[in-house]
Amino acid sequence: METLTIEKEKTTEKKIQSMTGSDALLQSLITEGVSTVFGYPGGAIMPLYDKLLDYKKEISHILTRHEQGAIHAAQGFARATGKPGICFATSGPGATNLVTGIADAYMDSTPLVCITGQVFSHLLGTDGFQETDVVGVTMPITKWNFQVTKAEEIPEAIAKAFYIACSGRPGPVVIDITKDAMMNTFDYSYEKCSYIRSYIPEPRVKTPQIEAAAKLINEAKKPLAVIGQGVILGNAEKELLAFVNKSGIPIASTLLGLSSIPNNHPQFTGRVGMHGNIGPNIKTNECDLLIGIGMRFDDRVTGVVSKYAPQAKKIHFEIDKAEINKIIKVDAPVLGNVKETLAQILDFIQPDQYPEWLAEFEACSKEEYNRVAKEEVHPSDGKINMGEVIEVLNQQSKGDAIIATDVGQHQMFSMLYCKFKDTRAWITSGGLGTMGFGLPAAMGAQFGCPDKKVISISGDGGFQMTMQELGTIAYNKLPLKMIVLNNNFLGMVRQWQELFFDERYSNTPISSPDFVALAASYKIKGETVNDRSTLKDAMERMWRSEGAYILEIKVAAKGNVFPMVPAGASVSDVIYGDEHK
Amino acid sequence: MNQEFTLTIFSENSIGLLNRITIIFTRRKLNIESLTVSESAIKGVFKFTIVVNCEEHNVKNLVKQIEKQIDVIRAFYLSSDEILHQEIAMYKIKTSSLLESNLVEGIIRRYNARILELTKEYTVIEKTGHKAETQELFEQLKPYGVLQFVRSGRVAITRLKKEHLSSYLENLEKEHRQPVEA
Repeated sequence: METLTIEKEKTTEKKIQSMTGSDALLQSLITEGVSTVFGYPGGAIMPLYDKLLDYKKEISHILTRHEQGAIHAAQGFARATGKPGICFATSGPGATNLVTGIADAYMDSTPLVCITGQVFSHLLGTDGFQETDVVGVTMPITKWNFQVTKAEEIPEAIAKAFYIACSGRPGPVVIDITKDAMMNTFDYSYEKCSYIRSYIPEPRVKTPQIEAAAKLINEAKKPLAVIGQGVILGNAEKELLAFVNKSGIPIASTLLGLSSIPNNHPQFTGRVGMHGNIGPNIKTNECDLLIGIGMRFDDRVTGVVSKYAPQAKKIHFEIDKAEINKIIKVDAPVLGNVKETLAQILDFIQPDQYPEWLAEFEACSKEEYNRVAKEEVHPSDGKINMGEVIEVLNQQSKGDAIIATDVGQHQMFSMLYCKFKDTRAWITSGGLGTMGFGLPAAMGAQFGCPDKKVISISGDGGFQMTMQELGTIAYNKLPLKMIVLNNNFLGMVRQWQELFFDERYSNTPISSPDFVALAASYKIKGETVNDRSTLKDAMERMWRSEGAYILEIKVAAKGNVFPMVPAGASVSDVIYGDEHK
Repeated sequence: MNQEFTLTIFSENSIGLLNRITIIFTRRKLNIESLTVSESAIKGVFKFTIVVNCEEHNVKNLVKQIEKQIDVIRAFYLSSDEILHQEIAMYKIKTSSLLESNLVEGIIRRYNARILELTKEYTVIEKTGHKAETQELFEQLKPYGVLQFVRSGRVAITRLKKEHLSSYLENLEKEHRQPVEA
């Protein structure tokens, strides 16, 4: 017998009304503040879709062109707004099409509530039409999942789903609901969930941990702080800024930590990791104190673990106990939401400044500019470079746009060169590295932030993975701006083939349709840029266009992303890319 | 260095949780040596006892990943000297071989085993002990024809005075009723 242990919120008014499971589900979503849902109908979820017509005023359902589009849109929506992303899919193939997005959201701690239809409960386990064991399939990639077989289980399951998805370290939740549970009638009442006895979302902050970390900070001569997405997920941008300003510590960002602090902050030294900046990567192995803040020491950040900052003492601010000492052993773990821990440590640290230490980073930046960025961003001749496009975009955006990228070279160039003013302005697939993520995620972000400029940046490969969503964009008249950096290659894999596989370009040259003509068939405007001289004006036209716009930019076929820490190397063994020139 | 660890996991009674726990082992290519699940001393709280061979830093991370599961209340790992543990084994032999020789009786006495059921055809013998002990009895009985031999997973008890879980749960409920000001 299943037990759902939920402590009732005493303040919630209890209204009892008889209704179907589908009505109950939609009412529950409305109570949780949901107004946008991404999804795709099918047999098992038809009762729910039928009822959607009765809730048109409260819930707008966005029909995507594929379930993968729906879930990536939900992810983009969640990342841009801070609210949970919601998606619907039917049983079997509908649900399995969500799997990549669920795995992506699990890796990148994105709060999602996914509702999947399921066959009638009497058909469970009989290999019914479109039956898949969705709970079994999604078990390793969800924070929690649950199968509902009775209408009366719906309110509790939904309440628990929202609480779990959004609290602590967020993550995706799947609720699988049988068709009969959606159709049957019961007495509905809804109470939000705020407590589950077996689940402690935020470990209580321990003052001795704060004091131990503060002692290390106060003693450090060359500290370096690495900022992760935990700051954004914890809404701790203000607390981070106060900590950074008072401590004077140079900071760097992980891929997902970008935009948590404006990158024109004087202590911002760049990005860490495989394609991060020279300064923070090299200085990781020179600092005397390394402070991880809401990040998880991913292998793309650490390089070879045994050579990752062996000289430094380490502090780890982290909400998830399982991340402490998972990869990097730390001297001072600080458990808790960074919003609390960063605020609390402020009273224990001395105001300080590290002008000489910061100057060392500045010297690295100069060297990086001279050896890598200058030629990438301001080339004198040849085909257009990807980094150059990002710089032209910056001139137009002034950092005031939500940037959503796909995965690959263009993603790394965007990470390196995009400017950000506001938080939640950077949406990218980090942990899972999901090609095809960018366009639907940007679309979801645009639905969540209709008044913001949202720019999707993709390569020609990734764009083709989910470009069916042009249909969704066109139908909903979204003013989304799409940049496709077309080098006729799967560029990142090609770069690895060039560097590590003797230039054997196996299956990386890739053909594309005429993207502008394709968009035109959806009545979406756009243009192709072949030449440097027309790039700036074209970017401006895109920026100023009213509706959706696609800008296909033909870039150098064999551009490479540098700097680079090769796989299996130490973070301080950086390749600039000019070594053999 | 690989070592034998016994994991004790307390959880809610939810469908699929066993699967959620075992995939944490599978994903790390760790083999479960023994697994026992049943209701604990606290009503509604289930207890898993899992035996695994791995390095200590693996088991540390393993326990944290298990405890991270929403329906898991607490998870611990213990090395062999921190616990008392038992397994139960049952052996079915032909009653005729028991009657034919008085040696079987000697074996049963020596191993502190007992007879559970005796019919004309077969006799069922039961023994509790460590795996090595139940295995040894099996070897001893073999010459007399063992028709069936089964062995349970491990149950374990800590050498601590009291199971901490009940006081942990009490505190949890208390704190929840009176939330501490942040």
